[in-house]
Amino acid sequence: MTDVKCFHSSDPSAWCPGCGNHALLAALKEALAQLDKNPHEVLVCSGIGQAAKTPHYINANGFNGLHGRALPPALGAKIANKDLTVIVNTGDGDSYGEGGNHFIHNMRRNLDIAHFVHDNMIYGLTKGQASPTTQLKHTTEIQTEGVTLEPIKPLALAITMGATFVARGFVGEKEQLIVLMKAAITHPGYALLDIFQPCVVFNKVNTFQWYKENTYTLPEDYDSSDKQQALQKAFEWEDGIPLGILYQERKPTYTEQREVLREGPALVDRKLSPERAAAFFDDFR
Amino acid sequence: MDHNLLIGGSAGQGMDTLSSMLERHLMRQGYHVFVHKDYMSRVRGGHNFIQIRFSDQPLTSHRHSLDLIVAMDEATIEEHLPRLHPEGFVLCDEKLGQKEDQIHGFPLEASAKEAGNPKTFTTAFLGLLVKWYGLDLETMEGMIIEAFHDKSPEANLKAFHLGAGLTDARMDLPPGDTEDRLLINGNQAIALGAIAAGVTFYSAYPMTPSTSIMNYLAAKQNEAGIVVEQAEDEIAAINMAIGANYAGIRAMTGTSGGGFSLMTEALGLSAITETPLVVAEVQRPGPATGFPTRTEQSDLSFLLTASHGEIPRMITALRNPEESFYQTARAFNLAEKYQLPVLLLSDQYLSDYTVTTEPFDLSRITIERHLADEGAYSEEQPYQRYAWTENGISPRLIPGKVSGQVVLADSDEHDEAGHITESAEVRIKMMKKRMGKMELLKQKVEEPWHLGSDNPKILLVAWGSTAGPLQEALQLLQKDKDFPDVAALVFGDLWPLPVDRLEKLAKSAMSIVNIEQNYTGQLAKLIRQETGIACQYSYLKYDGRQMAPQEIVEALKKEVL
Repeated sequence: MTDVKCFHSSDPSAWCPGCGNHALLAALKEALAQLDKNPHEVLVCSGIGQAAKTPHYINANGFNGLHGRALPPALGAKIANKDLTVIVNTGDGDSYGEGGNHFIHNMRRNLDIAHFVHDNMIYGLTKGQASPTTQLKHTTEIQTEGVTLEPIKPLALAITMGATFVARGFVGEKEQLIVLMKAAITHPGYALLDIFQPCVVFNKVNTFQWYKENTYTLPEDYDSSDKQQALQKAFEWEDGIPLGILYQERKPTYTEQREVLREGPALVDRKLSPERAAAFFDDFR
Repeated sequence: MDHNLLIGGSAGQGMDTLSSMLERHLMRQGYHVFVHKDYMSRVRGGHNFIQIRFSDQPLTSHRHSLDLIVAMDEATIEEHLPRLHPEGFVLCDEKLGQKEDQIHGFPLEASAKEAGNPKTFTTAFLGLLVKWYGLDLETMEGMIIEAFHDKSPEANLKAFHLGAGLTDARMDLPPGDTEDRLLINGNQAIALGAIAAGVTFYSAYPMTPSTSIMNYLAAKQNEAGIVVEQAEDEIAAINMAIGANYAGIRAMTGTSGGGFSLMTEALGLSAITETPLVVAEVQRPGPATGFPTRTEQSDLSFLLTASHGEIPRMITALRNPEESFYQTARAFNLAEKYQLPVLLLSDQYLSDYTVTTEPFDLSRITIERHLADEGAYSEEQPYQRYAWTENGISPRLIPGKVSGQVVLADSDEHDEAGHITESAEVRIKMMKKRMGKMELLKQKVEEPWHLGSDNPKILLVAWGSTAGPLQEALQLLQKDKDFPDVAALVFGDLWPLPVDRLEKLAKSAMSIVNIEQNYTGQLAKLIRQETGIACQYSYLKYDGRQMAPQEIVEALKKEVL
C-alpha cells in the first residue's frame, strides 16, 4: 500500500463545505493507496462540472477536458498507454446528459477504464437545473412545474448496454465506497460506479439524510453474475435503492480484442520509423 | 500523346473493376495516368462516370474533351457525346448501337454469355479495350487471374479473350517508359503519410469524402500497428485523438466539413491544453448535407476561425497526392513542436482522383517528437505542464513515464501546473504564450508555388486542389500570344499566410485574379485581410465539379481580356 498522502494536491478546493465530493475524493485517494498505485501510474479524466474538478484535487496525471467529453480522451489515453490506470471522475450531467452518446458506446467497447459518476441528481456548476437523474416533480428555476422527463436509470441502461461492471455507492458509506472503487479499478473492462452524493446547495430533495433513508446494501449472498436479477435491482427505487455491485461479468476487453494492442508493449513505448510505410507502396504499383 | 477516355454507366455495373484494371495496366506499361471519378451519392443506379487520361508526359489534371467513350448504358452516350472529339469513338454493347458514325457496338453481352457467366461482361469489355489500344494482352491475363482468383478466373479469362477478339488494335501508342510510379489518390497518400509519421491511432466517424483514409488505415492496421477506431460521432473521434496525443502517441482524426463542424469545440481544447493534433478535413460542398459526393473549397474561412475564443492553429491545403503524403508527415512534426492543432485541408476532387506519382522518398521523412527531458524533474523541481519559457513552448512530458511526476492538462484557463485560475495576470500571460506560437509558425510556413512569369501583368492566386488544373491552364495561357504575361501563386500553407512572394509579384501585376471552388472568394478575403492586397477579378466555381484547365482558360479570357 502506498502512502495516501502522495495523492494530496496543493490546489485549494472550490467545492462547498459539506459537498459530497469531499468524501468521494477521500475515498478515491484511499482506494488508490490501498491498490498500491503511485500518482504517475494513474490518469484521472473529467469533463466539466463540480465533479469534473477532481483532477485538480488529486495528485495524479489529469485531463480536464470538455463538458460531456470525459470518456473519449480517457479512451484515447488508455489505447495509447494500456499500462496507465485510467479513471473517469465526472458528474451525472456530464456523463448521462451532454455525454450520453459516449456513455452508451463506451460500454459497448469494454475498454479497461473505471467510470465514477458523482451523481447528485442536479446541476451544481450551472446552479441548480435538472440533471438527467433528477427525479420527477422536482422543481427548479427552469423546471418550474417540476421535472416531467423520465429520469435516466443509469444502472439499468448500463446492464442492457452490456457493461461488464455495474455498481452503485454512496458517499455516506465510505468503507463500502472504497471497496467498490477498488473493485471497479481492478475489474478488467469498463466499470460503471454511480456514486450518490448530496449537493448541499442546489438539491434540497435528495439530501444526505434522504440517501441514508432510501438506500440499502445488497446482501452478502447476492449473486452479481445474475443479469436478470441485476436488471430488477437496477429498477428498484421507491422501496429502497440497492448499493453494491449489481452486476459483474468477465468478457474480453477492448485491449484483449484488438490485435495491435493485445501483444507487445503499450503503443506509447513502440519505436516507430518512417520506413514502416515502405511495405505499402506495392499496393499502388 | 494525351488520350482521355470515359467509362460511364450506373452504379453496380462493374465500372470500378474495369477502370482499376485498365488504369493499373496503363501505369505498368509506363504511361502517366490521371483518373477522375464522378459519382452520384447512391449505391445502385444513377449515372456515374470515370475518366482515365493517359500520356507519355506527366499529368496534373482531368480534362473536358474526350477521345473515347466506354458506354455501359444509353445515358452515358446521351450525356457525354457532345464532349467527344470528332475523330473519337463510343464503344458499347451492340444493343446500344451498331456500327454507325462514331458509335461502335460489339457483342459484349453475347461474349459474356458464351464465356459462361453474364457477370464477365466487364471483363469482355476490358479485353476489347486492351486490344483496341494495342496494349499487352499477356500481362493483363495475369492481372485477371489475380483479380478473379476466387471468382471464376476461367470464365473471366475466356470473356477477356472473346472481347479482345472483337476488334483489331486501333491505336498505335508510343511506348511507355520504365520509371517506377505509384498510382495513388489524395486520401491514400494521407494515410501513407500518417503511417510514415508514426501514427498509431486513428479515430474517425465515416463521412464522405474523408472515409477512404480510415478505410485504408483499417485495412492495414495490424500490419502497420495502428489502432483504427470508428467513433460514435465526430465529437468522440477528435476527443479520442486528443486524449491519445496527450498520452504520448501520434494520433489523428479525419472528417469532412459537417463532421468538422462538430469537432470545433475540441479544436479549441487541443489549443488550450496545448495538445498536438492533426486533423484532415476533406471538403465537400455544404452547408449541412450539401453535395455529399462532390467537390468544393468552401471551408477555408470556417477553419480560420473555427472554435470559439482565439487559438493558434496551422492550416495547410494539400495540392496533390504527392504533397498529401509529405505534408501529412510534416504536420505531425509541427503539431508536436508547437503543441497545437494542424489542419490538413483537402477536398473530394483531390481525395478521389488517382495520379501516377514518383514513389515517396522516406528519407525525407523525420519523426521529431520535441518531448521533455525526462531527467529534468525532481521532488524539488516538479514538472509543470505549462511552465513559462522564453518562446512560450513548455516542455511536454508523457504521463506515466517519470516516477513521482504527473502531467495535468486543463481546458479551463490554468496556471503553470495546469490548475484552474481566474487570475487576470495569468490569463494575459497564457494568452500571449499560446498566441505567440503564430509568430513562431510564420518562420515555418512555406511560400506558395510560383508558376509562370517572374514579372506578370496578370497574377492568378489559388490554393489546394485547383493546383493541378491551374498548372495546365497556365501552360495553355502562356502559349496564347494574345494573353499578357501571367503567373500563378498556388498556396499550400494558408495559416499563417505566407506573404513574401505575393507582395513581391503583386507589385508588377496590373490585375490579380483569384481562382477558387467556392462562392465568396475565401482566399481573396484572406489575402486582403492579411496584406490589404485586393483581387480585381475572380473565377469562382461552386457547382460541385472541379474546374478543368480549358474552363479556367476560357473564364480568364472572358474576365481579364
